[in-house]
Amino acid sequence: MAETINAFQFSNKALAEIQRYISHYPEGRQKSALLPALHVAQAENNGWVSPEAMDAIAEILNIQPIEVYEVATFYTMFNLQPVGKHVLEVCRTGPCCLRGADQMIDLIKQKLNIEEGETTADGMFTLKPVECLASCGTGPMLQVRETYYENLDSEEALDRFLEMMRNKEVETPEWKK
Amino acid sequence: MGIKILTEHINVPGIETLEVYRKHGGYRSVEKALKTMTPDEVVEEVKTSGLRGRGGAGFPAGMKWSFLAKPEGIPRYLVCNADESEPGTFKDRVFMEKNPHALIEGMITSSYALGANTSYIYIRGELLFILRILEKAIAEAYAAGLLGKNILGSGYDLDLHVAPGGGAYICGEETALLESLEGKRGNPRNKPPFPAVKGLFQSPTVVNNVETIASVPWIVNNTGAEYAKIGVGRSTGTKLISASGNINRPGVYEIELGVPVEEFIYSDEYCGGIWKGKQLKAVVPGGSSVPILPANLILKTAAGEDRLMTYESLSDGGFVSGSMLGSGAFIVFDEDQCIVRNTWNYARFYHHESCGQCSPCREGTGWMERVLHRIEYGHGHQQDIDLLVSVAKQIEGNTICPLGDAAAWPVASAIRHFREEFEWHIKHPQEATAPGAVYRGQLAAATV
Ligand SMILES: Cc1cc2nc3c(=O)[nH]c(=O)nc-3n(C[C@H](O)[C@H](O)[C@H](O)COP(=O)(O)O)c2cc1C
Ligand code: SF4
Ligand code: FES
Repeated sequence: MAETINAFQFSNKALAEIQRYISHYPEGRQKSALLPALHVAQAENNGWVSPEAMDAIAEILNIQPIEVYEVATFYTMFNLQPVGKHVLEVCRTGPCCLRGADQMIDLIKQKLNIEEGETTADGMFTLKPVECLASCGTGPMLQVRETYYENLDSEEALDRFLEMMRNKEVETPEWKK
Repeated sequence: MGIKILTEHINVPGIETLEVYRKHGGYRSVEKALKTMTPDEVVEEVKTSGLRGRGGAGFPAGMKWSFLAKPEGIPRYLVCNADESEPGTFKDRVFMEKNPHALIEGMITSSYALGANTSYIYIRGELLFILRILEKAIAEAYAAGLLGKNILGSGYDLDLHVAPGGGAYICGEETALLESLEGKRGNPRNKPPFPAVKGLFQSPTVVNNVETIASVPWIVNNTGAEYAKIGVGRSTGTKLISASGNINRPGVYEIELGVPVEEFIYSDEYCGGIWKGKQLKAVVPGGSSVPILPANLILKTAAGEDRLMTYESLSDGGFVSGSMLGSGAFIVFDEDQCIVRNTWNYARFYHHESCGQCSPCREGTGWMERVLHRIEYGHGHQQDIDLLVSVAKQIEGNTICPLGDAAAWPVASAIRHFREEFEWHIKHPQEATAPGAVYRGQLAAATV
């Protein structure tokens, strides 16, 4: 059946991680594990959350699919479209701009030949400007998956960073190890 | 060097492990509170200390704790606000990353005081790497009998969990945080009922900032009266300041409340002066939400007194000539920074982060962003300045949660203190939009 072919399959480790979160909440409050589950789904699905993954979460948490959709669309961390291998979540907020974040974002666009929200033709990078990441003393900075890259305050620093990322595998979250 | 309550051991190698943390006196407050004090005695000490909430509003922590409803048979919760999304603020992040056990110790002692048997640390989703650090430390604490059933044989039980957000500034607002913790959109709740009566899962709940909770162990160990001796007047104790912007030494500094602002900016112990030998233009002293002040007004009050790093001194003069300590995010602007551009940047932030429930906030933040954008990019009209003032006024006080005010204040204060710069942008669009162009007319007048 077409439906089962498309259904999203969480790995056993992912399911265990979601169950671990469910166990943190009182009986009947398993919906509280929704945000953690969305993070797990995104890590399982090449950096984005598909409708099928959301439906699978709804089933696990025993809630309506709409309850998952409305939450996934509210929070900026969840990508609802396919993304590149490395999503560059660059801080664009005031304090980082005082130290050159605007110029850094422009440089990234030039070097990767993409605009905000776009992915490079080779699928390596997506540029996603975000708001303050609590790293204002070490800006300009950006996040890729669970790692912060800070003090990107010169073209050389940016070049070194991009070169490193080109050769880097996507990191494995703690629960998958 | 002032006294260090929160950061004394923060750079000790291995302090993130239970073993090293305990070697440096860690978890003493848990032993003392659980074995020798009643919960109410702990609350009393916190009241006496004068400790005020470090998340931004500065509400006395002990008073908040004493409002917690205690109906029979209904669980109570302590929720730690580790959402830290106010632009300019990064103190909680640094603190948790380096010294996770210090927060856990505060959570145990505070949960005991409130009679909570399950507590949560809600951390912004972007900080998943710190969630892992906290979870590792929590596992160590469970293994050592500092969490779980019958902690240290005292008969007190506590489970502690960390919950991630998903990227939303509004989830720092305490009722939005509780919604998020229940797996919902981060829409702030109408108050009343207050969380102290109906909070997490409809149960009585206290929400406190990371730094507030982390200050409790010292108070328990040394008494509230000793804590109250530190600082100035009603600004007791120490405060973590996140210093950013155009300074030589950005970073997190623990200060005794009462340090003069001038010393904080220019001393090598703190910011180390303005970078590249430039002049100071302005400061946002408490996070993006609080009013910006030009150099002359941040260093001295309108009455000509030295401005101090305290709740009272930074707000001296009200919004006419003062600002707020807020979350302690001290953002410094040098002479080359454009106030219009920065104001537009903040307006974009608040528009992006408005949850959209209230029309004045949803529509007003978008309106302010668009008008500021056109001024910044050389298409402004002279009436735009008054339009901005009027929109800001219509948002202020007319919304469910304080994000509306937080969006209005930066715009209103930038125009109040830098009106000439806005006018210059509108009158001279070509000059103003040239790369690197900055209005300097007002700097001369404002610099002391
Ligand atoms: C829009 C908005 C964002 C907020 N963000 C935070 C935050 O990131 N961290 C925080 O501790 N408090 C934040 N607050 C304040 C909380 O609502 C609440 O007052 C605080 O967590 C209480 O803790 P405290 O009394 O220990 O400061 C925010 C408030 C608003 C209106
Ligand atoms: S003021 Fe803004 S953020 Fe707060 S509830 Fe209203 S719309 Fe949402
Ligand atoms: S402004 Fe960029 S991390 Fe805060």
